[in-house]
Amino acid sequence: MKLKQNLTKSLFASSAAFTLLALGIVTGFIVVNGIHVIDWEFLFSLPKDSGSDGGIFPMILSTVYLILITGAISIPVGVGSAVYISQYTSNEKIINLVRFISQVLSSVPSIVFGLFGLAFLVFFLKMGWSIFVAGIVLSLMAIPTIFQVSEVTFQTIPEIYKEGCYAMGASKWQTITTVLLPIAIPGILTGIILAITRAISEAAAVMYVVGSSLDIPISIFDTGRPLPLHLYVLASEGISMSNAYGTATVLIIIVLSITLISNITVNHYQKRIMGCLN
Amino acid sequence: MFKLKINVKNFNVSFSDNQILKNINMKIPKNTVTALIGPSGCGKSTFLRSINRMNDFSSNFKRNGSIYVDGEDIYGENVDVVDLRKRIGMVFQKANPFPMSIFENVAYGLKIHGLKDKKELFDTVKRSLKQAALWGEIKDKLDSSALSLSGGQQQRLCIARTIAISPEVILMDEPCSALDPISTLKIEDLICELKRDYTIVLVTHNMQQAKRSSDLTSFFLDGEVIESGLTKDIFSNPKMEKTEDYILGRFG
Repeated sequence: MKLKQNLTKSLFASSAAFTLLALGIVTGFIVVNGIHVIDWEFLFSLPKDSGSDGGIFPMILSTVYLILITGAISIPVGVGSAVYISQYTSNEKIINLVRFISQVLSSVPSIVFGLFGLAFLVFFLKMGWSIFVAGIVLSLMAIPTIFQVSEVTFQTIPEIYKEGCYAMGASKWQTITTVLLPIAIPGILTGIILAITRAISEAAAVMYVVGSSLDIPISIFDTGRPLPLHLYVLASEGISMSNAYGTATVLIIIVLSITLISNITVNHYQKRIMGCLN
Repeated sequence: MFKLKINVKNFNVSFSDNQILKNINMKIPKNTVTALIGPSGCGKSTFLRSINRMNDFSSNFKRNGSIYVDGEDIYGENVDVVDLRKRIGMVFQKANPFPMSIFENVAYGLKIHGLKDKKELFDTVKRSLKQAALWGEIKDKLDSSALSLSGGQQQRLCIARTIAISPEVILMDEPCSALDPISTLKIEDLICELKRDYTIVLVTHNMQQAKRSSDLTSFFLDGEVIESGLTKDIFSNPKMEKTEDYILGRFG
């Protein structure tokens, strides 16, 4: 019995260790190879000779734009549909349809989204190539995740909070904005971070629509080249492996810091709202 | 001697095809505590939730008959449900303070109904917490999360939150079922205090509680009111055999 217990325990422990190791090796390998490339000049100057020399400032800027555009589109749509599905409709058909569509959307390969962006947005709607169009494509990929995580979060809020609000004479809108949303925020934020960090790490979805320019994008309607795409070009065309590592390191640092900062914020918020502080 | 507050006439409720309440008639006078007793599933909570129209949220809820509050049919066509729930507050079985500070919880109803004046807010919150016998315990930590309070304190906070918006009626759905005996006694004392200003309808499984804190008692069984009357009569001299059996703990 004792032996069996120890065995299962070490089995689970080694799975956990393996996960940790995978993360450590992947990020470690890239950071070790890329960190020496990174200095102020690399971060804040233009690329030279297709990126074999010079910096990645336009790429960082493109990625920052993409974070903002994707967030601005996918957060309201994703959270809004979750609020509608969980609070406003009891029509099973609509609920199942929206759930089904979001499942289908989230299982579509990213390159297909890219192709759709090129065929529909760039050519058919004549929007041309731009960071904005890439943001729309990434939003389409992010919405299902944000919707699914938010919907589950709303469902797990105990009914007693809702009833408590209504019993105070709160309207539906007041109930949602003053009590349900604040309770749901940590969960929703987790979904947002998951969706956005994955979206901005995409090369395939944006390569056909973003224009792949090396210039500094002045506005979101300019063409640009986000970090993952730059990394892809540098590595696949054999331009500069060390700059590819440097770009990858910067991307990892951006994604990790978004994740970390949001985790800290959520923990702090949860402690404050759930009464562990004070 | 009593002024009629709530008058229930031939009130029926069903969910889908399941009839939960059968032809309920009840008169609830102002400034009294009415206890609703009966075994689980007898419909007393459904009845309580009909008085502030909380059942409206169930899509398969059907009712006929009327409930009059101050002579006005609350299921009438021109009734504003949100406004009705302002007048008829509710305290739930499980304490459900909102995940915000103690102060914000009590100020919540006032704020959503448009009160902005800081001083008036504070005064009302203080008065409500005092009335709910909670002020002394929490006056130094109004900004702490309401969820850091004990179960009994949370339930008194919910009562404070309810009385802050000065309802006329307070519905209580087994408010002490999750509390320890000392917290229960505190809430019962509170109920006796509150009936000076409010009309209280109390669902309880605790016979002692009904006996101690109510003026009137109605005994529910299988969706019907078997017997209603003064609490002291019901407990000392029940007219119906079923009532006596239940009160003496022979079933339920």
